[in-house]
Amino acid sequence: MRSSIQYALGLALATTMAVSHATTLTIESWRVDDSDLWEDVLIPVFEAEHPDIQVRFSPTSPTEYDSTVNARLQAGTAGDLITCRPFDVSLNLYQEGHLLDLTDMAAMDNFEDFARSAWTTDDGASTFCMPMASVIHGFLYNPEIFAELDLEVPRTEDEFLAVLDTIEQESSYTPLALGTNDQWESNQIVYTNIGPAFWGGEAGRQALLDGSASFTDPEFVAPFEHMARWGEYMGRGYESQTYGDSQNLFSLGRAAIYPTGSWDISYFNQQALFEFDAFPPFRVGDDGQCVISDHTDIGMGINPDSENAEAAKLFLEWLASEGFARLYTNEVTGFFSLSKHEVEVRDPVAAEMINWRQDCDSTIRLNAQIMNRGTPNMEQELWTVGSRVLNGAMTPQEAAERIQNGFSSWYAPQQ
Amino acid sequence: MRAIRLRPVPWHLLFFLGPAVVIYTLFSAWPLLDTLRLSLYTSAGPGQRVFHGLGNFVTLLTDPHWSAAFWNALWNNTKFFLIHLLVQNPIGLLLAALISLPGLRLARTYRTLIFLPTLLSVVIIGFIWQLILSPLWGVSEGLLEAVGLGHLFSAWLGRESTALITLALISVWQFVGIPLMLLYASLIQVPDELIEAAVVEGASSWRIFWQIKFPLILPTLGLVTILTFVGNFNAFELIYAVKGALGGPNFSTDILGTFFYRTFFGYQSQVGSPTMGAAVASMMFFIILCGVMVYLYVIQRRLHRYDV
Repeated sequence: MRSSIQYALGLALATTMAVSHATTLTIESWRVDDSDLWEDVLIPVFEAEHPDIQVRFSPTSPTEYDSTVNARLQAGTAGDLITCRPFDVSLNLYQEGHLLDLTDMAAMDNFEDFARSAWTTDDGASTFCMPMASVIHGFLYNPEIFAELDLEVPRTEDEFLAVLDTIEQESSYTPLALGTNDQWESNQIVYTNIGPAFWGGEAGRQALLDGSASFTDPEFVAPFEHMARWGEYMGRGYESQTYGDSQNLFSLGRAAIYPTGSWDISYFNQQALFEFDAFPPFRVGDDGQCVISDHTDIGMGINPDSENAEAAKLFLEWLASEGFARLYTNEVTGFFSLSKHEVEVRDPVAAEMINWRQDCDSTIRLNAQIMNRGTPNMEQELWTVGSRVLNGAMTPQEAAERIQNGFSSWYAPQQ
Repeated sequence: MRAIRLRPVPWHLLFFLGPAVVIYTLFSAWPLLDTLRLSLYTSAGPGQRVFHGLGNFVTLLTDPHWSAAFWNALWNNTKFFLIHLLVQNPIGLLLAALISLPGLRLARTYRTLIFLPTLLSVVIIGFIWQLILSPLWGVSEGLLEAVGLGHLFSAWLGRESTALITLALISVWQFVGIPLMLLYASLIQVPDELIEAAVVEGASSWRIFWQIKFPLILPTLGLVTILTFVGNFNAFELIYAVKGALGGPNFSTDILGTFFYRTFFGYQSQVGSPTMGAAVASMMFFIILCGVMVYLYVIQRRLHRYDV
């Protein structure tokens, strides 16, 4: 009996020593779709360079991530590295004392101001997450259907609607693979995707922030008016179609056009039964400017309660390196590294999308900065009214008024 | 009196009650009281809480942004409950009455099959029904067409007018086994001599059910009703699994559970507020408490059990 207790104690001691020898870092993330890539490709590269550090990737599904991580940080059970949403969500975490100040890290110099701005306090004094990547919004399409119906990639709003008309009338394909069950698509991949061409990208966004424009102005109502016409092209029963349904509809070749962001490329590379391609959001009028939503989407910060802050900093330095930029951009297809390093994009569709930056102006998602801070929460409001406009349950004018009323109820420059 | 004084300390009572009291206090009573306490505080800057009195409740009931969502959730929850009350329990009663008929073949098989969905995870139920009702891949449209009712089909789960009713009926389908079991157990306890006497007097089966069996199972029916009430006002999983925490479209399926989830934990860029969430949870507690009190003091007192 005694010897077995001694044996057990010895074993426990040995285990503890072994554990304390290697540092283990845990990453909190919402990128469930990429967990294989992190575990099989990205993390092994880091671990090879730092044999004494082990990294564990622990994703939570995207819609639950913010609340889950918030709760874990408050309870003190969150991982060492926190994947950062852009702007207000992470800013709030920083102000609550749940993210370390990273302003002094030398690796921050690898990023432009615009990339850092998504994770910097309003006064520009502190940066709290290492920028990682942006996503670009646009449309994926099925070139086989386009060839079959002799269609050309649409350049303007009128051409876009004409293409949808042709697909609707001359074939049995669903013109647009899009549903409103999950609601977020109506804002993140519709309103803020096609909208910047109407409101003039950054200029329109800044005008809302400084109070010189309002959501009821024609340039912000127009995208809703355009969306109100999509219902007839979205296929039967789109009101209960989920995001997963839309993905399946497009990957099975039953739908011609799929409004989305670049993050979907890797999914369709695995799933689509055909070679798909992409085109940028349409211009408004023949001489309109092309504007893309080039959204600083993902960064990473350190949990102040982490006992492995030094190792976590090493990891963030690696995130800012050229090697990671190249690896991430090309392995996690559709996420474009934000660092200054020149990275060649190998995937043809991803390369096509990143080339839009040459011809098009760039902006971020309309409401990501500052506008989401109040009550009612603008992100949720935009999901709700966007879905209702697509469902034909609300007029564009009503949608704009509801957003404006909510916005002006708490935002001083709009009062 | 002397006998009582001499009685030893009732250690056996402590022994039998102790574990339950400790566990109940630790995991149920204390968290509940602490939630009530938390609802009286508000956040004052990072990590600090100050006493706020009934401020959270005032905000919840008077601030238009909060109160509109709260009343909407409460009203939806009430509809959710009424559908259960008017559909689930009568069907449960009907099935229990049929299954308890003497001489019914395969009664146990029916009972098991009808009870089976109750044992499944809500996530699975939600997923299965979402697929069945899907306009893209579902079988329901084809089934309706086969009987010539194809024109009735629509995206029920996606429309503001039908989504909540559809979800309530899915929940009814899943949980109808519970009233069935309770009422069945109660029906088979109805003494045979009463029924035999009624038969001898020449009463019809219909009359035997409504005038003899039904009054005798009323206490159980009351219990089923209150269990349905408590279960429905605490409901969350099915709505969350099918429609997400926003209870779309346009919050038409938002019930108190999902409203609480968003308030407490936050959702997407909405930042969660533990104190406000505690206020919503307290309101849920008070609503359920009121319902249960009405039942206990108004209904249960008037119910009499049959004593042989």
